[in-house]
Amino acid sequence: MSTMVQVVNLTTMPGPDKETDLTERIEAFLSDLKRGGSGTGPLRGSAETARETTALLRRITAQARWSSAGDLMEIIRKEGRRITAAQPSETTVGNMIRRVLKIVREEYARSRGSSEETDQQESLHKLLTSGGLSEENFRQHFATLKANVIEAINELLTELEGTTDNIAMQALEHIHSNEVIMTIGRSRTVEAFLKDAARKRKFHVIVAECAPFCQGHEMATSLSKAGIETTVIADAAIFAVMSRVNKVIIGTQTVLANGGLRAVNGTHTLALAAKHHSTPLIVCAPMFKLSPQFPNEEDTFHKFVSPHEVLPFTEGEILSKVNVHCPVFDYVPPELITLFISNIGGHAPSYIYRLMSELYHPEDHEL
Amino acid sequence: MADSGVTDEPGTKDDVHRAKTEGKELSKEEKQRLRKEKKQQKKNKEKKDEKASHESEKKKNKEEKPVSAAAPASQPPTQPSTQKAPSAVPAPAPVPVPVSETPALADKPAKTKADLKAERRARQEAERASKQAATSKPKAPPNELQPVVKRLPEHVQVDNPGVLKKLAKKLERQQIPLRLDYGYKVSLFSHLHQYSRKAPLTQQLSIPSTVIHPAIVRLGLQYSQGIVAGSNARSVALLHAFKQVIRDYTTPPNEELSRDLVNKLKPYISFLSQCRPLSASMGNAIKYIKKEISNIPSQCKEEEAKRKLLSCIDCYIDEKIILAAKAIAKSSIEKISNGDVILVYGCSSLVNHILCEAFEKNIKFRVIVVDSRPRLEGREALRRLVQRGISCTYVLISAVSYILPEVSKVFLGAHALLANGYVMSRVGTSQIALVAKAFNVPVLVCCETYKFCERVQTDSFVSNELDDPDDLIVTRKGKTQLEHWQDVPSLGLLNLVYDVTPPDFVDLVITDLGMIPCTSVPVVLRVKNVDQ
Repeated sequence: MSTMVQVVNLTTMPGPDKETDLTERIEAFLSDLKRGGSGTGPLRGSAETARETTALLRRITAQARWSSAGDLMEIIRKEGRRITAAQPSETTVGNMIRRVLKIVREEYARSRGSSEETDQQESLHKLLTSGGLSEENFRQHFATLKANVIEAINELLTELEGTTDNIAMQALEHIHSNEVIMTIGRSRTVEAFLKDAARKRKFHVIVAECAPFCQGHEMATSLSKAGIETTVIADAAIFAVMSRVNKVIIGTQTVLANGGLRAVNGTHTLALAAKHHSTPLIVCAPMFKLSPQFPNEEDTFHKFVSPHEVLPFTEGEILSKVNVHCPVFDYVPPELITLFISNIGGHAPSYIYRLMSELYHPEDHEL
Repeated sequence: MADSGVTDEPGTKDDVHRAKTEGKELSKEEKQRLRKEKKQQKKNKEKKDEKASHESEKKKNKEEKPVSAAAPASQPPTQPSTQKAPSAVPAPAPVPVPVSETPALADKPAKTKADLKAERRARQEAERASKQAATSKPKAPPNELQPVVKRLPEHVQVDNPGVLKKLAKKLERQQIPLRLDYGYKVSLFSHLHQYSRKAPLTQQLSIPSTVIHPAIVRLGLQYSQGIVAGSNARSVALLHAFKQVIRDYTTPPNEELSRDLVNKLKPYISFLSQCRPLSASMGNAIKYIKKEISNIPSQCKEEEAKRKLLSCIDCYIDEKIILAAKAIAKSSIEKISNGDVILVYGCSSLVNHILCEAFEKNIKFRVIVVDSRPRLEGREALRRLVQRGISCTYVLISAVSYILPEVSKVFLGAHALLANGYVMSRVGTSQIALVAKAFNVPVLVCCETYKFCERVQTDSFVSNELDDPDDLIVTRKGKTQLEHWQDVPSLGLLNLVYDVTPPDFVDLVITDLGMIPCTSVPVVLRVKNVDQ
């Protein structure tokens, strides 16, 4: 009883300051997302976005008014829908929200006392039978739920901090000496991966510049400063040079539920060229990029930015008579991918669905 | 190394060989001749580093070709000219005859020996005629199973210091400045030149330059700065410049026009290839001109000869380029139907011509122009097509996977078609063909027959052109990432110009001889050679 009063006190105490503070932060985050998504190179890496989302969710958990897990999940879902609508292409945001929802569910289940095994059995059972066990309505209140959830979110944050390093640690298992490695555009994960391997091994990196944003140039300067032999090539030369390449290592924006990728444009060509030459294609993607989306949603899959990147306004006479497209992303089907390297190890693309079922609850796939 | 003695007397060697095989005892003269030949061989082996200009030998070979062609297989390949033939890339004017390397003969002494050579040649002709009457061997077509020993051109041997030295000497003799390489070259391409556009060769010429005709100087500058680009444009410009040279030419006294004019052209060709490596179409055009010049009979008066040459060149341009384009357009229009979405890459004059013709015929189609950095030639194609009123879409090559599901056909131009069926074209063409294949879109290559080449190549490394690496640098939002790439030791920029597309990506090649598959290119080459 007393604990209940305490909880009530906690929730009645904040008053307008904390509320407005929270909404302010959410608004700031939303506007950040909207601005950063103009596609002119990632102004913030996905890892940063993931961390900020998780921190924001932790704040929501701590400061918002809720009495049961169901309320919390409702709040998170509502805010989540707003945030993902601000920048639909930034899927890490949605992924983090789903992770936190899963955490809430788990903590709730743990507080209720049901063991881990039955949970898994529940999901497996649900796979076979449509009805499954009774609907959880998450109405029960637990005092320690908040603390547990916040603790779990903190664990998630520490996991996020270490993803790049975890992936980079596996570099020496995959790169041997005197290799020629090809990459495209700029990925912080791949950069860390290659720099880690370069400490012990000597190899050569070819970077495709990835027009029109030419993020490849940044990647090349950064790698060459670390002492790695780097060559910058134009996108058109990818197939020409591929015959001398031993491995292709790329990053991605999102890993889709079927094991495919949504990566920067030009990656599909790179993957096809690698397949033609039987060169392994390795994708370095931390777990927070795994998204329960499938690629068939044609309308929402592609994102376009201003065509003046492709055909500048100086070509004014023809500009009005021509359609110009500047897509940002490419779809790479899972058949072209050899290996995923994530912070929990390496997997084949066919294993992605299983990882996804461990990370997210099926009911959260639609926010 | 082949010795002058052998190729000057293949007839006698044949006699000797025949005598040996028939078991007859060699006559005294034959034994003497054999000894002399062996001595010559040894002498040439020692002197093989001091070579005369390649072109003078090639010319001699051309004249001796009808003679030595009669004795192809019987020539024992003692010539360690095989040292030069890791048979990869042949010379720009491939000679399907064992190359004879004359020891360092300057032009002057060669002329005094010319009379002796003429004598020997006459003797060989007589012997050949008698031999043919005797044995009645069918004359083998020139390309039949020759031990083809081709010489690697200089521009793919940049990592060989010996070759560079020879080139420097040759250019010095011809009074043409040597162009220096620029910037850090990626190790995979150390065998190719890499020049900077900001340092054109013409800056190193003295004014007034009496060695090189001004039309050629202008042409060279236009090539190196990229003002004249595209294989058809370059060939036509070259032929027009040569026409100007021929008009301004006067035969010096005591010289034959047929030989002297070819010698005059050699330094021009060296100069042009220093400005920018010659394309396959240019190489074929030069071969044609040289043949025409050397076929001018010596009795012909200068004015008449010049007129004849000028009309030959006009004829060549008309037939091989203009009429060919018309024929190709006619065949291609059959392949374009209403409602088509056609993808083109870069700026190919032939493909643009085809599309304009199709548009004139009121076929309803739309075009997607794909472009790539750093040349951005697609914008030129876009301008031309939009001017005609064709509805166009424009994307960069990295967006090809996005746009291909809409496309019904892909039309590509070619720089050259190689004898093993590979298509050599602007870098990025093979990529487009690859992605089109993955999406099951038919790929059609349009190419005139004068661009067919006897070379073979399987990848884009062994023979390519490296453009100015500074072209890759771009300034975005005020920041130029690669501005100081020269200062960073482990950073290189690679700007390739050409790549080769394997024949399994290409569905059809449309030429002026009809629509053929990629693999029929050597057949066309053979037919052409027999005709000539």
